[in-house]
Amino acid sequence: MAALVRSLLSGAVLSGAPLLYATLSELISQRAGIVNLGLEGVMLVGAVSGFVAASHTGSAVVAVVVAALAGGVFNLLFAYLVLARRANQLATGLALMFGGVGLSALIGVRYVGSQIAGLPELRVPILAGIPVLGPALFAHDALVYAVVPLAVLIWWVLRSTRWGLTVRAVGENPVAAFAAGRDPHVLQYQALFVAGLLGGLAGAHLSLGVARTWSEWMTAGRGFIAVALVIFARWHPLRAVGGALLFGGAISLQLSMQARGVPISPFLLDMLPYLLSLAVLAVGRGRHRHAAPGSLGRVFQGTP
Amino acid sequence: MSRSLVAILSTLALIAVAATGETADPKLKVGVVHLGSVNDGGYNQAHADGIAVMKKNLPEVEVIQVENVAEGADAERVMENMIRQGARLIFAASFGYLEPALRVAQKYPEVKFVHPGGYKRLPNLTTYWASTPEAFYLMGMAAGKTTKTNKIGYVVALPISFFLANVNAFELGARAVNPRVETRVVFTGTFLDRGKEATAANALLDQGVDVLGVIVDSPITVVQAAEKRSAYAVGFHSLAAQKFAPKGWITGVAFTWGNLYTRFARQVLDGTFKSENILGSLKDDFLTLAPFGPAVPAEAVSLVNTRKDEFAAGKAHPFQGPLRDNTGVERVKAGETFPLTDLAKMNWLVEGVIGQPR
Repeated sequence: MAALVRSLLSGAVLSGAPLLYATLSELISQRAGIVNLGLEGVMLVGAVSGFVAASHTGSAVVAVVVAALAGGVFNLLFAYLVLARRANQLATGLALMFGGVGLSALIGVRYVGSQIAGLPELRVPILAGIPVLGPALFAHDALVYAVVPLAVLIWWVLRSTRWGLTVRAVGENPVAAFAAGRDPHVLQYQALFVAGLLGGLAGAHLSLGVARTWSEWMTAGRGFIAVALVIFARWHPLRAVGGALLFGGAISLQLSMQARGVPISPFLLDMLPYLLSLAVLAVGRGRHRHAAPGSLGRVFQGTP
Repeated sequence: MSRSLVAILSTLALIAVAATGETADPKLKVGVVHLGSVNDGGYNQAHADGIAVMKKNLPEVEVIQVENVAEGADAERVMENMIRQGARLIFAASFGYLEPALRVAQKYPEVKFVHPGGYKRLPNLTTYWASTPEAFYLMGMAAGKTTKTNKIGYVVALPISFFLANVNAFELGARAVNPRVETRVVFTGTFLDRGKEATAANALLDQGVDVLGVIVDSPITVVQAAEKRSAYAVGFHSLAAQKFAPKGWITGVAFTWGNLYTRFARQVLDGTFKSENILGSLKDDFLTLAPFGPAVPAEAVSLVNTRKDEFAAGKAHPFQGPLRDNTGVERVKAGETFPLTDLAKMNWLVEGVIGQPR
């Protein structure tokens, strides 16, 4: 039993961490009023940039920084298109997604099959010694440790700082924010850049921490799962932690069940994460007000 | 512009294209269509390495390669484009290219096609593949002698019959040298999700498995996961996987297509091409057992080599009855064997394998 719990938790954390970075990325964009369906592309650009940097410099720190910046810059392209050019957000997001798939494949083509050291495992002294929980939670890489504090930080920034409140105001009602003397577009550029950094980290964790290899479209739909998780978390960063862990845990659970020889069809088990998500959505429905930002999907066109 | 004028102009354009194709370089041009990247350390790299050997053997052959081509209409377009560039031999190097290749082959009867694993042929389309269960049986023997926990894990994309057959042969080989070995299978449900492969590998290692095998396009993620946690690994597809597990490598089986591809190209050059269905085995030069890693005991190496010779001489068979599946149902009677040409019908997992075949 203890072994199962350890295995499940450890798997949940490892599968959940890149999902949580991606979910936080989407959450910040959406709190600023922008739906970014291009997240999958941002993650891929981050994943490949980090991998290329790791394979040339051998430094995990450089690789992670490069991945985050690449994600941020790629997301600024999206920001330019939807803010300055006023392109439709959903269509632009999808185009950017496919653009990211292609661009990352192009950059990465010479790196398929390359060997990198990847993110080193950092055992937290003392804590890693706790039975069951220690090895499951405190024997991971630095990006795993950073993600939950980051979610708390984002929650605090959105709740209590001037910048966070203004970003939210822009997402709820850009006209009001404008009237209060803020430029909604500048704030949205900033928010999308931060979201891009997080999307890049999501990709970096996949290519440098989890898979330790680069292959085309290795995000395999996680960017879209993150969009769903934002709704699941009702746009709240702390609930996103729960959502990502639950989803990562469900993936880990179904693979663990197969490894333990549970006599259920692998096809059914593969549906488990999605069935679980539906169940949680159904149970949670109606108990809280709908928390979508008021101006989600619309772009401030200036005041009349 | 009238419709007929458009038709005339496009016909003229087609004739022009055809004419330049006819008068192009007299030496042979071949087109190669790949499903993935040619340096994936796996399936695609095996094909690309084969093409490289052919090119070395026949320098007069010119090669056009396209990677990452989706199965379906895209593949057809790429093949037709290659033919317009003058290709006279097309390597449609993925199982899912069979239907596109058949359609293009019907349209261009003068162009020759070769397809790995196809079950339909045309006068200008040859199919080829190597039967892998014997090799998996031998890998199982080596792994069965190397494992310390007597638990082996397999990460497999999908429960399709050819993959089930490989896992079955592996377990039978392992049991032949170590009756206590069990093989646990996890199906990821996809060929491309490396994150899921890593999670599956860890889930198996958490179950006490100390040897990991893999049947997906690129074995790199799983082989690396094994090495990282000081477990052993068996590879598949390409010999390139070994460098990812310098300590834990046991062995692997790889497709070494070079000489076969050279023969195909030579047939087209000589005009001796004829449609065949080639099914090879370890006897042939296009299926190779990888070198053994440092962890494999010498006794295992000699056992494997003996059995390999017995397979080649027809004195042993990987699916020798009596065999029961892992629900206790008898599948092969005593004294009988499961024919290697019938693998498409193997929809069960043998006793000793822990997993659900569907």
